[in-house]
Amino acid sequence: MITQYLFYFLTFVAIFCALLVVFSKNPIYSALFLIVTFFATAGHYFLLNAQFLAAVHIMVYAGAIMVLFIYVIMMLNLNQEIEPHKSSLIKIAATLCGCVLGLVLVAALRETDVVAVSDYTNPGIGLIEKLGNVLFGTYMVPFEISTVLFLSAMVGAVFLSKKTIH
Amino acid sequence: MLSSEILYKIILILAVFAVTLVVAMWSTYAERKVAAVLQDRLGPNRAGPFGILQPMADGLKMFMKEEFIPGQADKQLFVLGPCLAMLTALMTGVVIPWGGDLTIGGHAYKLQITDINIGILYLLGVVSVGVYGIMIGGWSSNNKYSLIGALRASSQMISYEIAMGLALISLIMMTGTLSLGEIVGQQDAGFANIVYQPLGFLIFLICAFAETNRAPFDLPETESELIGGYHTEYSSMKLGFFLFAEYINMFISSALIATLYFGGYNFPFQHSLGLDGNMLSMLQTFVFFCKVFFFIFFYMWVRWTLPRFRYDQLMNLGWKVLIPLAILNLFITGIVLGFRNGFFI
Repeated sequence: MITQYLFYFLTFVAIFCALLVVFSKNPIYSALFLIVTFFATAGHYFLLNAQFLAAVHIMVYAGAIMVLFIYVIMMLNLNQEIEPHKSSLIKIAATLCGCVLGLVLVAALRETDVVAVSDYTNPGIGLIEKLGNVLFGTYMVPFEISTVLFLSAMVGAVFLSKKTIH
Repeated sequence: MLSSEILYKIILILAVFAVTLVVAMWSTYAERKVAAVLQDRLGPNRAGPFGILQPMADGLKMFMKEEFIPGQADKQLFVLGPCLAMLTALMTGVVIPWGGDLTIGGHAYKLQITDINIGILYLLGVVSVGVYGIMIGGWSSNNKYSLIGALRASSQMISYEIAMGLALISLIMMTGTLSLGEIVGQQDAGFANIVYQPLGFLIFLICAFAETNRAPFDLPETESELIGGYHTEYSSMKLGFFLFAEYINMFISSALIATLYFGGYNFPFQHSLGLDGNMLSMLQTFVFFCKVFFFIFFYMWVRWTLPRFRYDQLMNLGWKVLIPLAILNLFITGIVLGFRNGFFI
């Protein structure tokens, strides 16, 4: 019962803050509301007993990626006065793109079957031991390939940002 | 859950909260006394015997000062900054085991608020979120010094979090658990983790200094270059919150170092003393606090001994020394564990 109330509360927070991300004028406020949204999503993971996923979600998204986002926003010091005026063509194009993406998401969600979470009897599901066994046992090869992909992306980013000295 | 259990948890949460605040308050006094001893001065000695009431006087001063918000500052975020700094500083205390079990009326109560099985991940999560208070405070002040302080704080914390996480991964590989309660329990059965992870401990210690913004890594608030860094524009109790959060962080990270690497509340030959459960638990809590106070003293000792790093030196140390060392430590731990579990034979 209490999980149901928590679910509605977290859902409300997530959607409300997600809307504020879009409607805030100040980019710093947008980024901060996005962090609150991430916390609400992490709360949903906790409700699904996926503790590892929840902790990593907070560490990686709220703790690392958003810090870098805010770092960049602070460095550029974006505010309303010096923000370049965007032409209406770009605005219309952006709105259209957003609507198309929304349409795709809604269409994809409409086709999915709602699967009841059946494995509540297994208390170990979503815990770190189970996840480790699955990642390093069943899905060993795809997992390792994705780590190599990450490594190559990291090396590529360093290489691109390095200026050649003559 | 029993209602007495819930009541006990509430009492324990309040107790940990109160102890954290009291320790942080008197850490400010201890810092000035330690500085005085190291510099051959007397230190505070006016308020009460040996100046022991100095934190009270400082607190009163902080409360009585004018509450000022600069005109160009972002008002909501300016208030939110110190609140977040305090909140994240106080959040870590819930997973630290403060002592053994207390038996009251035939029921054993743990001296740990919660022993979640992702304890270390929770810690890393809170640490990684901890930078927001400083960032938001520094940015919303609308002052160039504050902004530079905030930028320095965020880049420093992100850089040292990586080495800290890698050092902790070696520890997790060795202990095979993420729960702090179990890590302490294992150190009761065997040696303290410092014996197995000396390099990991060194990396963790250096990163803890950087994460708490303490000297020699206190670049976000260098008074000689940035006035006060991120808290230049702050006054009154909002400044007090920022300063206080630093002392709370210092206390909590000392407790963590003691828990993870120095056996937590365990001490040698504790089971051959022949004490009954409750007495032993109290003695363990006492020993734990002795360890914690030693590390708080260590923080102060380093602060008043070493000069501050330059910013590029700080970044070089983080990325080019500590991260490779942490990875080396990870490799060595992996190889040793592999031999022990017979993977190579």
